[in-house]
Amino acid sequence: MQQVFKRPQSLKDVQTHFCPGCHHGTIHRLVADAMDLYGVQDKTIGVASVGCSVFLYGYFDIDVVEAPHGRAPAVATGVKRAKPDNFVFTYQGDGDLAAIGTAEIIHAANRGEDITVVFVNNTTYGMTGGQMAPTTLVGQKTSTSPYGRDKSKDGSPIRMAELMAQLGGVAYSARVAVDSPKHVLEAKKVMREAFGYQAEGKGFSFVEVLSSCPTNWGMNPLKANARIGEEMIPYFPLGIFKKEEA
Amino acid sequence: MSKRLFVKGNEAAAMGAVEAGCRYYFGYPITPQSDIPEYLSRELPKLNGEFIQAESEIGAINMLLGASSCGVRAMTSSSSPGISLKQEGISYMAGAELPGVIINISRSGPGLGGIDASQSDYFQSVKGGGHGGYHIPVLAPNSVQEMYDLTMHAFDLADLYRTPVMLLGDSVIGQMKEALVPNARPVRELPEKGWAVRGKSGAEQRVVKSLFLGDGELEAHNWRLHAKYQVMKEKECISEEYETADARLIVTGFGSVARIAHTAVAMAREEGMKVGLFRPVTLFPFPEKALAEAAGRAGKVLVVELNTGQMVEDVRLSVGAAAQVCFYGRPPGAGSLPSPEELLDVIRKQYDDTAR
Repeated sequence: MQQVFKRPQSLKDVQTHFCPGCHHGTIHRLVADAMDLYGVQDKTIGVASVGCSVFLYGYFDIDVVEAPHGRAPAVATGVKRAKPDNFVFTYQGDGDLAAIGTAEIIHAANRGEDITVVFVNNTTYGMTGGQMAPTTLVGQKTSTSPYGRDKSKDGSPIRMAELMAQLGGVAYSARVAVDSPKHVLEAKKVMREAFGYQAEGKGFSFVEVLSSCPTNWGMNPLKANARIGEEMIPYFPLGIFKKEEA
Repeated sequence: MSKRLFVKGNEAAAMGAVEAGCRYYFGYPITPQSDIPEYLSRELPKLNGEFIQAESEIGAINMLLGASSCGVRAMTSSSSPGISLKQEGISYMAGAELPGVIINISRSGPGLGGIDASQSDYFQSVKGGGHGGYHIPVLAPNSVQEMYDLTMHAFDLADLYRTPVMLLGDSVIGQMKEALVPNARPVRELPEKGWAVRGKSGAEQRVVKSLFLGDGELEAHNWRLHAKYQVMKEKECISEEYETADARLIVTGFGSVARIAHTAVAMAREEGMKVGLFRPVTLFPFPEKALAEAAGRAGKVLVVELNTGQMVEDVRLSVGAAAQVCFYGRPPGAGSLPSPEELLDVIRKQYDDTAR
């Protein structure tokens, strides 16, 4: 009998702590799939960030360095410069990457560090309990925007994948979603492409993944999943914004 | 005999780092330490090393954290306001037990303050400047030669104890030019870095982290770190004494002010006063026992600092009731550096009050 589906080798055989309906598990799987494709599990050093994804060393069977909040791209820079033959990626949420870590992500990208950044955008601070993030949509109610995000006071949600595409050091920047089988398959292709850029030494690659947070959105998993297509994708369009041919 | 060079203290520290095998430097420009990144931006590429001028002090300390996680010798340097920004990363490195060398050519504060020689960062350096309750070894050079030698020593301590180590100087020590004998790196047996990430290569996963959420885990971690600090206190104290054997007044100070105090003590001796100098070289661990002994013999200690009184607290804790402790401070600022004559006046007064 032929086995057609299995756990990626780079993932451990354990249950995750993620809430029901959270997309981190799916995104972890896509990252592991890309690692397996290029056979880099044994030479990968992951950089964990602060937030729900900090425990990624519990799920990925790879070496990991834990970074302070927002600093993963700087930590990954130090790792990659010290170990240029290793495969290095960061996995960061939106509070981490697009607020407290804005300087670190922009400058690591602009230097063209040969790393891959996986950016999980769920429009909220997950681990701290659903506060307003730089990606929170205008009008979205959170625990620190109880009347809805006010554009005149809180500004507009930041479109990071487009911003990254403007920087000279970035070789690849894309946004994907994992709310439907179709989108998951597209995301898988993009994740493989992004990791391929590093595997071939082509430079900095960035993948933004639109993700649900049912717990902090106050929705059940199905409703939360539907919100991605209804509210997020219209503001955060899917696509590849930069793809440098090396 | 080794050759003699005529270099700045900052350059000597950078040279010491290179001799110690440091090939990775991450920094950000700030006066009065910019000679260090300037020197290393020139020299490291020749040695297949990496120099990055980071986007910020925060970026630089986290690059150090990343490189150090891989087991290589790496360094950053800055001056007081920049060191404040690095405290987050230093706390994470202390928590994750990562080696690394941080040079603070400190300036005056608080706030933007000024660029004059200052010792106002003593508390921040030795009491755990970031959050969470930790210590890191702090070395206080008082010459260009020590900038070189103690930088090498800092790398050894960092690897030996798996800890960040700070070199604390100021513009007097960093900008001063004097003779340097560039000694070879001392041979010291150091532990294997079996904890460093490398890509697991079919072996066990390695994780460098400071998050401990398991029941009792973090408490045990903190006690283990505490035990490490006790070992440092036992084994790693360094101090220098000058004319203390028969002294009835001990002058103590570290770094730049100790240079001035040394001259003042020599002048006092010429006047027939039995005065000695005790100079802590390690500020953490503080040379408590050696100071208590010298102070106990003399009965009186005069603490001199370029601040309003910081190290004096550790002196009091060290000597307890064994000696009287008095303090003379010059907080930083243009024109506030005391002359040997000024310190001699203070010595005369304190000596007259008790010793004669």
